[in-house]
Amino acid sequence: MSDTDKPAEPDNGWRQEYWRRNLRLMITLLGIWFLVSFVCGILLVEQLNEIVIAGFPLGFWFAQQGSIYVFVVLILVYALRMDKLDEEFGVDERDEQGNRL
Amino acid sequence: MSSIQLWTLIFIFLSFAVYIGIAWRSRVKETAGFYVAGQGIPTVANGAAVAADWMSAASFISMAGLIAFLGYDGAIYLMGWTGGYVLLALLLAPYLRKWGKFTVPEFVGDRYSELVRTIAAGAAILISFTYVVGQMRGGGIVFSRFLNMPVAGGVAVAAAIIFTYAVLGGMKGITWTQVAQYTVLIVAYLIPAFAIAQTITGFPIPQVSFGSILAELNALSIEFGLSSYTEPFTERPRIDVFMVAMSLMIGTAGLPHVIIRFYTTKSVRGARYSAFWALFFIALLYTTAPAVGAFAKFNILEGVGGTEVTELPGWIDSWEATGLVSVAEGVETVESISNDPDEGADLTVDNDILVLANPEIAGLPAPVVGLVAAGGMAAAMSTAAGLLLVISSSASHDFYFRRIKKGHASESEKLLVGRLAMAGAVLIAVLGGINPPAFVAQVVAFAFGLGAASFFPTIVLGIFWKRCNAVGAAVGMSVGLAFTALYMIWSLYLSPGSTLLDISPEGIGTIGALVNFVVTIVVSKATTPPPAELMELIEDIRYPAKQRRVTPSEAAQRAKREGGDP
Repeated sequence: MSDTDKPAEPDNGWRQEYWRRNLRLMITLLGIWFLVSFVCGILLVEQLNEIVIAGFPLGFWFAQQGSIYVFVVLILVYALRMDKLDEEFGVDERDEQGNRL
Repeated sequence: MSSIQLWTLIFIFLSFAVYIGIAWRSRVKETAGFYVAGQGIPTVANGAAVAADWMSAASFISMAGLIAFLGYDGAIYLMGWTGGYVLLALLLAPYLRKWGKFTVPEFVGDRYSELVRTIAAGAAILISFTYVVGQMRGGGIVFSRFLNMPVAGGVAVAAAIIFTYAVLGGMKGITWTQVAQYTVLIVAYLIPAFAIAQTITGFPIPQVSFGSILAELNALSIEFGLSSYTEPFTERPRIDVFMVAMSLMIGTAGLPHVIIRFYTTKSVRGARYSAFWALFFIALLYTTAPAVGAFAKFNILEGVGGTEVTELPGWIDSWEATGLVSVAEGVETVESISNDPDEGADLTVDNDILVLANPEIAGLPAPVVGLVAAGGMAAAMSTAAGLLLVISSSASHDFYFRRIKKGHASESEKLLVGRLAMAGAVLIAVLGGINPPAFVAQVVAFAFGLGAASFFPTIVLGIFWKRCNAVGAAVGMSVGLAFTALYMIWSLYLSPGSTLLDISPEGIGTIGALVNFVVTIVVSKATTPPPAELMELIEDIRYPAKQRRVTPSEAAQRAKREGGDP
């Protein structure tokens, strides 16, 4: 990047740190996204189908039910964690009264 | 008139009255209201609106039946059409909301160049148009099946209602109507599903209870010459299941009528929570659909298979008139069942019948059947309205104002042109819905692949890679689109049935997206970087707040340095 050409901006350390932590969270969650759908639901489906819970072969369950539940939880975790991260770095959005938008 | 028709009329009339009432209350006077609902939609409501926008007539009526006949392999649709929201929530929605414009072409236009804006606006109109025609048709078909009305009349009635609230209220009217439509469609979907789960297994939650019939369903399927229900890769090889699921996911995240919804929230934070609520509401239907599919198939195989034709259950008789169920001539005992009329099975069942006939199969009273019809209408109309908004905003905003008026237009002129474009879009959609061009049905299935290969990589790189420039994006998008479209044409028309590495035309969008990523990166690297001001703008969308607040810990440190109280 051409950042090195410019004189260093003194208060920009927080930007890199914020972004690094955002990316780390994102990559972890996308890893789980790939794991439940593509790995459990498609690549390892036959092996997991050997295990049957409440009538569901496990691989089949991941493909038709489990992956969807996990997707919903992943987005919720992302939104909650980002709330905290934004607040910690002071980049959360607030109205004139200081309430979160 | 039968009691089912009467109840259908009552429910459809009531739901339409609600939609019109909402439209009147939310009519708008300024352009921000028309295009992005004044960015004042609460997140839960926005989530419900996204869900209604997303779930089309096909999701509501056909998906359960499709899964019933695909078995495990139906998971490509279940995962493909939900997993994309994770990508959308983590990679796109918050950043596009911070960028804060009205349309997707506007983002790529500001981020890259006018050329990229024009390509994107054209692609958005094309994708939305092929999609909307199917929705108008779906609405018309619901009318014709339940009320014995001609399809053309049904399309015209549905269009007149959409026209009223879309032209009056723009995005604001559409969003609030979609909240009502989501409510109608999910209630209409869940009531019969719970009832049928209760009847068959004695436990009313379909997501949990369909496990208990799977073993028996597998045995029955094999008995009737079908593949075992939970057995993977019976319809598509593993690599294709992988590619199609991935293509549908990244296509979902790239579809303009979905992305545009995240501009309507109050804040970046609101965009994140909207994505959560949207997927939550979608998941209610998408986790129920495979259960409905399994139950319905179980019912048919158990109730119909091996039965003499004279003793078939009553619902087959009542739906035979619609042509959705047919018993082959000269058959005395039903021994084979299929959803494909060309297979010549003893009993042919259309995918659409399962959800429509479900209330009857479960022995529910006529009002519930009427509710299902209203639900199907709600699903078709809500999706059509969202798509029409994309068409009209791309045409008026991205083409007319940007290219022709060069950005000089008064507020009232913008609003008038937006409304005229909407009226024009509705008119074209009606004509298309009554006489669908032959290519439409096929193109809809491939819109996702095209979206995956074009929008998604261009937007993601635009957000996450500052060095990405206009030349790279234009070349990458064109090559990705061309590669995907050519493969589809080759595999469908030039050499029908041929594939490379078993990847079907529905799954090629995954490769197309990879091609787009690689080409964009290589070309961007080889050409000049974007200007510094633009890089700073891209940096800025990473942080939700307009201005950074001093955090409590920093304030404490500063206070310490200055010697005051902590």
